[in-house]
Amino acid sequence: MLAKRIIPCLDVDAGRVVKGVKFVDIRDAGDPVEVARRYNEEGADEITFLDITASSDDRETIVHVVEQVASEVFIPLTVGGGIRKADDIRRMLNAGADKVAINTAAVFNPEFVKEATERFGSQCIVVAIDAKQVSAEGEPMKWEIFTHGGRKPTGLDAIEWAKRMSDYGAGEILLTSMDRDGTKIGFDNKLTRAIVEAVPIPVIASGGVGNLDHLVDGVKLGGADAVLAASIFHFAEYSIGEAKQFMQGQGVEVRL
Amino acid sequence: MTQRITVIDYGMGNLRSVAKAVEHVAGAGDEVLVTDDPALILTSDRVVFPGQGAARDCMAAISDHHLNKAILQAAHSKPFLGICMGQQVLLDFSEENGGTQLLGLYKGHVHHFPGGIAPDGEAMKIPHMGWNRVHQLSDHPLWHQIPQDSRFYFVHSYYVDPERKDLAAATTDYGVSFASAIAENNLFAVQFHPEKSADAGLQLLKNFVNWKV
Repeated sequence: MLAKRIIPCLDVDAGRVVKGVKFVDIRDAGDPVEVARRYNEEGADEITFLDITASSDDRETIVHVVEQVASEVFIPLTVGGGIRKADDIRRMLNAGADKVAINTAAVFNPEFVKEATERFGSQCIVVAIDAKQVSAEGEPMKWEIFTHGGRKPTGLDAIEWAKRMSDYGAGEILLTSMDRDGTKIGFDNKLTRAIVEAVPIPVIASGGVGNLDHLVDGVKLGGADAVLAASIFHFAEYSIGEAKQFMQGQGVEVRL
Repeated sequence: MTQRITVIDYGMGNLRSVAKAVEHVAGAGDEVLVTDDPALILTSDRVVFPGQGAARDCMAAISDHHLNKAILQAAHSKPFLGICMGQQVLLDFSEENGGTQLLGLYKGHVHHFPGGIAPDGEAMKIPHMGWNRVHQLSDHPLWHQIPQDSRFYFVHSYYVDPERKDLAAATTDYGVSFASAIAENNLFAVQFHPEKSADAGLQLLKNFVNWKV
């Protein structure tokens, strides 16, 4: 059977790995090529790069980062951030990415996802969903899609949106809880579970990992096919090898 | 001794990763060439035949590039490594796209995964995407220094079912047990992606580059 995947995520700004807590307090975590190499050696199952570069002048940097990483790291690579048109996808795939993650562009132009999956194949199109709980306590659970780092509501229901993206051919959902992102208190496992039950495609849980129990919970409680984390790996709190050993000890099937 | 290793390019998918991974394990003087030129393919020492996408598109691309003959000839005559669709199209028929005739080197069909729920309660999602175990059935030189049941990276919705069961060099379970690698004489073909399978994948490519048929 398939192993549950552990995916370290590198937020890259103008060619450097950074990680903010709730999108502020950005700390420098190093050169992306070096970090990717280390993760590969530790046994990462995939690596995701999220380009958070604001200035368009620096956007080309991520292409070079991917090219360099893909020349020496032989595991699947995903790139997200600023993927708005078919040409962006083509450039990333040519640079050596295996998948691209589409986020904001899908919200503003859902047909883009359909076009992208038809042209490049479902297997390389990941739709990234940033969701926040909008139901009050006591109400039935409800999550909404937000853009702009969790600041702008869209009115889109997260479950309906995930279904639509899956219908449009998305190969995978990268699901981030904006309530949990950067908090280190664990994934929103109810959100993950709700999306996993709604779509037939793999779901990657993201947002909130602070310790190794959280990774196990993402799989066992959330039902995620893969778990993504950034800061616990960047600052060497845990290695990926330690995370996998721990998960296996808890009965999760991983690649060791 | 230097050698030329050719990666067959027929426009189906990005071959950069395959070429880079082969370069990574090749000898210092070895040349890794990505080409659709039949003459270059047939004069090279080793041939890698990758591929992704739908069966019908792959067959159309092979035909458009006038590669049918060169692929079959190489598959009979020199160390040959099929990857992903490069394994599937060696059979004679795929269920994909409402039924597609393939190259027909081996009798047998390419089937769609059944999906459903695994014995452990997990949904078997399609495509079969991620790291699964590859159970080696023989002491083939391409398994050299790769531990039994190592995990490799897969992305596919169809699997090969050759009539000759002795062709299977490895099996993988995903609702069905399928031939994740087949081998005969100078030919080896895998459903998984060695170029994306970390150390196990690089070892397999290294074994291919050093394979003395």
